[in-house]
Amino acid sequence: MTSEKEIVIKTDNLTKKFGDFIAANEITFEVFKGEIFGFLGANGAGKTTAMKMLIGISKPSSGKATIAGFDVYKETEKIKKSIGYMSQKFSLYEDLTINENIQLFGGIYGLSDDEIEKRRSELINKLNLQNEADKLVGSLPLGWKQKLAFSIAIFHTPKIVFLDEPTGGVDPITRRQFWDMIYEASHNGITVFVTTHYMDEAEYCDRVSIMVDGVIKALDSPAELKKQFKANSMDEVFLMLARDAKRGE
Amino acid sequence: MRTLKFLLRKEFLQIFRDKLILRMIFALPVVQLILLPYAATYEMKNITLSVVDNDHSEYSRKLINNFTSSGYFKLVDYSKTYSDALDQVEKDKADLIVEIPEGFERDLIREDETKVLIAANAISGQTAGLAVAYANTIIRDYNIELRIQWIQQPRLNAIPVIDITSSNWFNPQMNYKMFIVPGVLALLVTLVGFLMSSLNIVKEKEIGTIEQLNVSPIKKYEFILSKLIPFWVLGLFVMTVGFFISFIVYGIYPAGSFWVGYLFAGIYLIALLGFGLLTSVYADTQQQAMFISYFFMLIFILLGGLFSPIENMPDWAQYLTYINPVSYFIEAMRMLVLKGSSFWDLRYHFLIVIVFAIVFNGLAIFKYKKTV
Repeated sequence: MTSEKEIVIKTDNLTKKFGDFIAANEITFEVFKGEIFGFLGANGAGKTTAMKMLIGISKPSSGKATIAGFDVYKETEKIKKSIGYMSQKFSLYEDLTINENIQLFGGIYGLSDDEIEKRRSELINKLNLQNEADKLVGSLPLGWKQKLAFSIAIFHTPKIVFLDEPTGGVDPITRRQFWDMIYEASHNGITVFVTTHYMDEAEYCDRVSIMVDGVIKALDSPAELKKQFKANSMDEVFLMLARDAKRGE
Repeated sequence: MRTLKFLLRKEFLQIFRDKLILRMIFALPVVQLILLPYAATYEMKNITLSVVDNDHSEYSRKLINNFTSSGYFKLVDYSKTYSDALDQVEKDKADLIVEIPEGFERDLIREDETKVLIAANAISGQTAGLAVAYANTIIRDYNIELRIQWIQQPRLNAIPVIDITSSNWFNPQMNYKMFIVPGVLALLVTLVGFLMSSLNIVKEKEIGTIEQLNVSPIKKYEFILSKLIPFWVLGLFVMTVGFFISFIVYGIYPAGSFWVGYLFAGIYLIALLGFGLLTSVYADTQQQAMFISYFFMLIFILLGGLFSPIENMPDWAQYLTYINPVSYFIEAMRMLVLKGSSFWDLRYHFLIVIVFAIVFNGLAIFKYKKTV
C-alpha cells in the first residue's frame, strides 16, 4: 500500500473511555480508498466501540479522526451521508417487504424516485430475488437477509461501508458469496471496513489490524503479518497476539 | 422533508401490517365504552339490608317499608338479634344492619324521640358511606312524614323548616354514564397515544433497527416527527370511533363544538406523545417501557378524576393532579360534552396542555440522541 493512495479513514490516537475503563486506547491507523480493511480482535477487544466512533454514533474521549475527510467530532452528519453501515444485529425491517426496505433506505439517503427505481430493479435482478421482492424480509433465510442487508448498505454508493461481523451465523457457501459481493463493491471504489471473527475471512482482506485489549497490536497485509510472526495462517498470528488478552467476553 | 415522507410511509405500512394493533384500535374503544360505564357505577341499587325488628309495631313496619320501597335497598334477612344480623354481615350477605329497638313506637309517641341503630359493613368504605347516607335520608323523611301527620291543622308552623331543594345542572337526571363516558373517551386517547408511541420506538431499539437509522443522515426532527405523526393520527381516529360509539350506545355527544374537542385532543396528544418519546429515551427494552408506562398511566388515571372526583381527594393528592395532564383532558372532555364549554371557557385548560406539550417534547428532543 503506497502513500500516494487517497486516504479515506484516518485516526490519530483515538480513545474512548467509559469511566476508568479504556475501551479503545490511542488507536492510530489509515485506510485507503477501495481497500478491504479487516478490523480483527477477540470479543471485548474494543472493535465495536472503535467502529461506533468512526460511524459517528459515539463521541470519542480524545484523539482525532476523519472519515471521508470529515471530522468525527463536528461533522458526524456529513460522515453519515458518505458511509454505509451493516450492524451485527440484522437491521432491516422484517415487517416490510424487500422492495419497501430498499425504497425506504434509498429515500433516507436522498436518492430520487427514478434513481431508486432504477437501482432497485438492478439489485433485485442481481440477487435473483424477482419472486421474493414483494415478500416480507422476515420470511427470508438468514443468508439472503445478510446479502440483502449488505446490498442496501451500499445502495446509495457510499464512499466507505462499515460491516460489523457481517457473516455471523451464515453457512460457508453464503459466506463465500458474501465475500464476492464485498470484492465487487471494493472493485467499484467503495472502501470496505470489516470486523470479523473468521480468520479465513481475514486472509481475503488487503490489510488487517489486530486489536487486543483496546490497543492495535499489529497492522499489515495478511502476507506480511504471517511473515513477521513466522506463521502459516492468520489463525496462528491471531492466537499469538490474542493469547495475552486480559479482557474476556 | 422528503425523508419524512419515506419514514412516514414506513411507519404506516408497519402499523397497518400489524393485525393485532389494528384489532386493538377497534376493540379498545368498543369494549371500554360499552363495559366501563355500566360496570363502574356509583349508583347503589342493591345494598343488601338485614333488619332486626325488636318492636314489631305498625311504626317499625312502616320504617322498614320505607327502606325497601326506596329502590336502593334489598331486604335479604330478618334477624332476631343484632348478633345474628352481624353474622350475615360476616358472611357478606348483608351490607347494612338496621336495628329497631323494643318500644320504638311507644317512645316515639310518648317521648317524642327514639333511636334506631344502623351499622354498615365498611370493608368498602364507599358502599358503607353511601348506604349510611341513604339510610339517613330515609329515616329523616320518615321522621318528617310522621310529624306532618301529627301536626293538626295550620296553627303557625310549629317547627320552622328550611326545605332544601336541588336541581342538577348539566346532567339533570344525574346520569352516571354522562359523567363516565367523556372520561373513558379521554382514557382511550391517553392509552393509545402513550403506550403505542413509547413501545414503538423501544421496539426499534430492541431489534436494532434504530442503529441503522442513527447511522443514516436522517435529521433528529424528521425521526421524531415520523414517530409522533402516526400515533397522533391514530389517537384522533380512536377518539372518533369513541364519539361514534358514545352516540350510538348512549346517545351522548358533545354539547359543545366537536372542533374544540379535536383541537384540544390534538394538542393533548402532542403532549402525551412527547411523554411517550421521553419514556422511550430511558427504556431499552419493551418490557421496561411497558413497566414505566404502567407506572405513570395508573397514577395518571387514578389521580385523573376518572372514577373518583378530584374534589374528594386529600389536599396533597389534589396538588398532584395539577401536574397530571390526564386530569386536564378528562375535565376538559366533561366540560365539553356535558356543559358545552367553548374554546374561551377552556382557555386555561388549553394553555396548560400547551405547556405540557412544550415541556415533554422539549425534554424528549433534548434527551434523544442519535448516538449510543
